[in-house]
Amino acid sequence: MLDDFIVRAIIAGIGIALVTGPLGCFVVWRRLSFFGDTLAHSALLGVLISITLDINVSLTIFVVASLVAILLLRLERTTNLAGDSLLGLISHSSLAIGLVILGFLSFIRFDVMGVLFGDILSVNSNDLLVIWIGGALILVVLSYIWKPLFASTVNYELAEAEGMKPERVNAIFTILLAALIAISIKMIGILLITGLLIIPTAMARNLSDNPRQMVILSIIGGLLSVLIGLYASFEINTSSGPSIVVVALILFILSLMRIRKKNYE
Amino acid sequence: MNDSETLIRLTNAGIFKNKKWLVRDVDLEIKRGQIVTLIGPNGSGKTTTAKIALGLYKTISGRVERNTKKISYVPQKVSIDWTLPLRVADFMVLTQNLKVDDIDSALNLTGVQHLKDSNLRDLSGGEFQRVLLARAIAKKPELLVLDEPVQGVDFTGEVALYSLIKTICENLNCGILLISHDLHVVMSATDYVVCLNGHVCCCGTPRDVAESNPYKQLFGEKSAKLLSIYEHNHDHIHSSDGNIIKEVE
Repeated sequence: MLDDFIVRAIIAGIGIALVTGPLGCFVVWRRLSFFGDTLAHSALLGVLISITLDINVSLTIFVVASLVAILLLRLERTTNLAGDSLLGLISHSSLAIGLVILGFLSFIRFDVMGVLFGDILSVNSNDLLVIWIGGALILVVLSYIWKPLFASTVNYELAEAEGMKPERVNAIFTILLAALIAISIKMIGILLITGLLIIPTAMARNLSDNPRQMVILSIIGGLLSVLIGLYASFEINTSSGPSIVVVALILFILSLMRIRKKNYE
Repeated sequence: MNDSETLIRLTNAGIFKNKKWLVRDVDLEIKRGQIVTLIGPNGSGKTTTAKIALGLYKTISGRVERNTKKISYVPQKVSIDWTLPLRVADFMVLTQNLKVDDIDSALNLTGVQHLKDSNLRDLSGGEFQRVLLARAIAKKPELLVLDEPVQGVDFTGEVALYSLIKTICENLNCGILLISHDLHVVMSATDYVVCLNGHVCCCGTPRDVAESNPYKQLFGEKSAKLLSIYEHNHDHIHSSDGNIIKEVE
């Protein structure tokens, strides 16, 4: 059954949605959506390096994204630029460098669209293993650091004063984000992965009044987006990444109706 | 364990950062059942001193001796991001695992039991401060550090909050390090006062300190008059940046 690419795509999508839900909540709470975007853009560089040197794609993306994250944290400390300027700088530079390198690699056949927007047809059973094992690892680590990470999200100093080591868990969280990008690029693409992180979570925010509820709704929103998006993608032959994000957007718009009702109550 | 047990002791503690002393040579001791108040003008190093006591700095000069690990903190500014839906009940267990009984009794003590299921963003300033206090005392800390706990609260609310802090100190038999600048209200609820302006200007029990006279130079004649009990002499004068410019006999 795993030979059927539709089944593979669905299994891969479910695996990714289970991880983007909880991670997306932290990205929204900590206002890291542009940060996530920057890590994702560096993935193009990772893909190209992996092709040139013939090493594992996911691993290369993970290493490159982690390095970019460390570079960002360093620059934030040593320069007088605001975080968003640095993010813009790194994000677009890494994308540009990636595209320039691509120009030199004219001897290989390379599907840029697939990397940018996701190519579900290319997901093989090896990728499924990477997604599910990687995803499970991400979730295990996340559940392990959940309490200190959440406390430092609410108030950094309070968490620090009460022994929750926020600096360490923040660094771990960044690495988890890089890992998620590494396992999901093939499916969603580097330009749209942040969409799957943010939009279902934004929908969940509209519908929830406590953090646990928000995480659960965010996972459900992600699963619905992936399943409906993939279905649409097969039926009307659109790219998988954009289809998934459009479904997420529709769910978000639907969730706005509840907010409107709440305000009029 | 006895009542005069020292929970924390700072000896010559200070922070030198960016070629400047943020605060220096602070001696401070907090015992069980005691409320120690840090006062001083803006930028005098009150919060910095509290953070030294909490162990938030990696490199400090001087020595900090901490005899307890059960420390709770109420920071000066806590703003809850609206992207994060958070009820009082969720906030209570933020850094700690608590039994329902402990949550309820802490909320009861600070008088906000009825707000347990409310969203933090819907609370008034006074209610929010009481929730912050409840969270800090729920795990029955031995040392409580409160950085301006009455911010954004009107005068009547202030008096009520300070008497609540005194009640907490008695009920839990804990030590409290309290940072404040509204001296006139805080005095009645404090055992020991440390007056800071980049270093320790003077210290003592409110009564002791009242016999000398530092406060006029720091806060001006007008507020000194407001506080007739709190009068004592400084042995030096400060320039506007807090440096000592003159020794006074």
